[in-house]
Amino acid sequence: MKMPRDRLIRYSPLDRANHWTMAMVFVLLALSGLAFFHPAFFFLSHTLGGPVWARILHPFLGVVLVLLFYAMAARHVRRNLLGENDVQWMRQIGDVLDNRDEKLPPIGKYNPGQKLVYWSLVVSIALLLISGVIMWRPWFAGYFPIPLIRFASLLHAVSAFVAIVTIVVHVYAAIWVKGSVRSMTRGWVTRAWARHHHGLWAREQEEAQRREQQP
Amino acid sequence: MINSQNIIARSATTTEPPQVRSHVEEVAKLIDVSKCIGCKACQVACMEWNDLRDDVGECHGTYDNPTDLTAESWTVMRFSEHESADGNLEWLIRKDGCMHCAEPGCLKACPAPGAIVQYANGIVDFDSNHCIGCGYCITGCPFDIPRISPKDQKSYKCTLCSDRVNAGMEPACVKTCPTNCIEFGTKTDMLARAEKRVGDLKALGFRDAGIYDPAGVGGTHVMYVLHHADDPNRYSGLPKDPRISPLVGAWKGVTKPIMSAIIGITAFAGVIHYMTKGPKEEPEDSPEEEHRATRDGGVPPASLGYDATRRRPGAGRNADDRPQGEDR
Ligand code: HEM
Ligand code: SF4
Repeated sequence: MKMPRDRLIRYSPLDRANHWTMAMVFVLLALSGLAFFHPAFFFLSHTLGGPVWARILHPFLGVVLVLLFYAMAARHVRRNLLGENDVQWMRQIGDVLDNRDEKLPPIGKYNPGQKLVYWSLVVSIALLLISGVIMWRPWFAGYFPIPLIRFASLLHAVSAFVAIVTIVVHVYAAIWVKGSVRSMTRGWVTRAWARHHHGLWAREQEEAQRREQQP
Repeated sequence: MINSQNIIARSATTTEPPQVRSHVEEVAKLIDVSKCIGCKACQVACMEWNDLRDDVGECHGTYDNPTDLTAESWTVMRFSEHESADGNLEWLIRKDGCMHCAEPGCLKACPAPGAIVQYANGIVDFDSNHCIGCGYCITGCPFDIPRISPKDQKSYKCTLCSDRVNAGMEPACVKTCPTNCIEFGTKTDMLARAEKRVGDLKALGFRDAGIYDPAGVGGTHVMYVLHHADDPNRYSGLPKDPRISPLVGAWKGVTKPIMSAIIGITAFAGVIHYMTKGPKEEPEDSPEEEHRATRDGGVPPASLGYDATRRRPGAGRNADDRPQGEDR
């Protein structure tokens, strides 16, 4: 069946493939990392085939995540800068949480909450990479002084905490806002969804579409 | 792993370890630096008893051989030449190795349950079978002692011959030392012995002689008698006031339960929010809006969805050109 006219495409197949690969890699990283984070989570080390394998594989998965994440993040920087009506939207965060969406101003492709998720991950994943490399045995840790490794270990744990909390929020938002998961699985949203949640983006897309369809 | 009834602390464990024999007396090894002649008999004895075969190294122009602790050299003699203020040259020789801290930084940092244990007698032992090779013990240790083997990625260090001690023997280095510079016994006895030696040294004119049993790590089960206890650094960088780094404390302390709790609470808050406020339901298509769009000359009724991700000029101009989306 052809794409019906009441839809807007939001994510290309490449974006979607990247997103779900990243999601799987992130979950494996979080589970294997948490295993070392606190004894209460040690049992999670079995998700990667036991604690030794978790120790070996975790940093390599981290590098995979970094490559996928920044490839995606680089393409979305512009859309994640502070935009029209964002400040107003943030002031009305109470309306957002109470689902009084009709009171909210129209906003761009991403709302300020989504932008916060974006920047939180841009920063925390960079810190995870830097600190992770400094802790990485047997390859790199030997080149760094022990006090620096101590600092990196603390930084890695805190950045991982920030990244994990951010992802928990991100996942909840996807469950909360019906129609958004489909945009990342099938690639499209309904026009009504776009107008309702991202009015400025919907207008922009519809105008672009109209222009292109003019002979 | 021996002495499994006898463990007072166990890495990455939040419940009580077995301690039915925790009344066991603490032991200690006393190294009287002033009596050491640097013969390295203890290094050889250590290799022999523990059945270790380090690679043959190279001479670096000093007596230090090997020049550092390795996964297969659990003790090394460190030689330093110190010129005192009055122009005297002192040749200071220190047997380096694990200090068997009462509050071990290695054990605090280790994420693998049971890979590092502390026995009731004070010995800190690595159970290499449970070691995962992360190197956190190196990060935690204030004395830079543990070494990860490049062969098997497991961490190793002096066991204080826990196997021998368990069977009522003294450690191999103690047994072999020709000058009795290394002695072994209960910590109480060793402290008394050390006091006596410090008295002797003071009588010989070493005014700053003293015992090295640093309180910052709760005391150690390997102690030194130093002629210059005021400046332990002189002995190849023995730290003056060693303690578990505050960074390690912050990394392994209350931050972890707090961060874990916040992760859980965040997820739980989501559940509660969903239950009380409910989801943002998918908005219904409103027919007039659709109509308006069409009337404005926008989207012809039969047109396909618009692909915002395609930037190619002219894309979407005719139906064949347009992305297909997916079949429903
Ligand atoms: C970006 C590249 C990354 C690298 C190079 C890296 C590397 C490391 C290394 C070397 C360790 C020590 C354990 C081991 O040797 O396996 C570690 C621990 C850990 N990692 Fe990563 N990691 C990365 C990304 C991540 C990400 C994205 C997360 C979170 C989802 C994460 C969470 C953790 C946690 C929680 C720990 C345990 C920290 C602790 O012991 O307190 N890491 N990481
Ligand atoms: S000296 Fe280092 S390795 Fe030995 S018990 Fe103390 S912290 Fe652990």
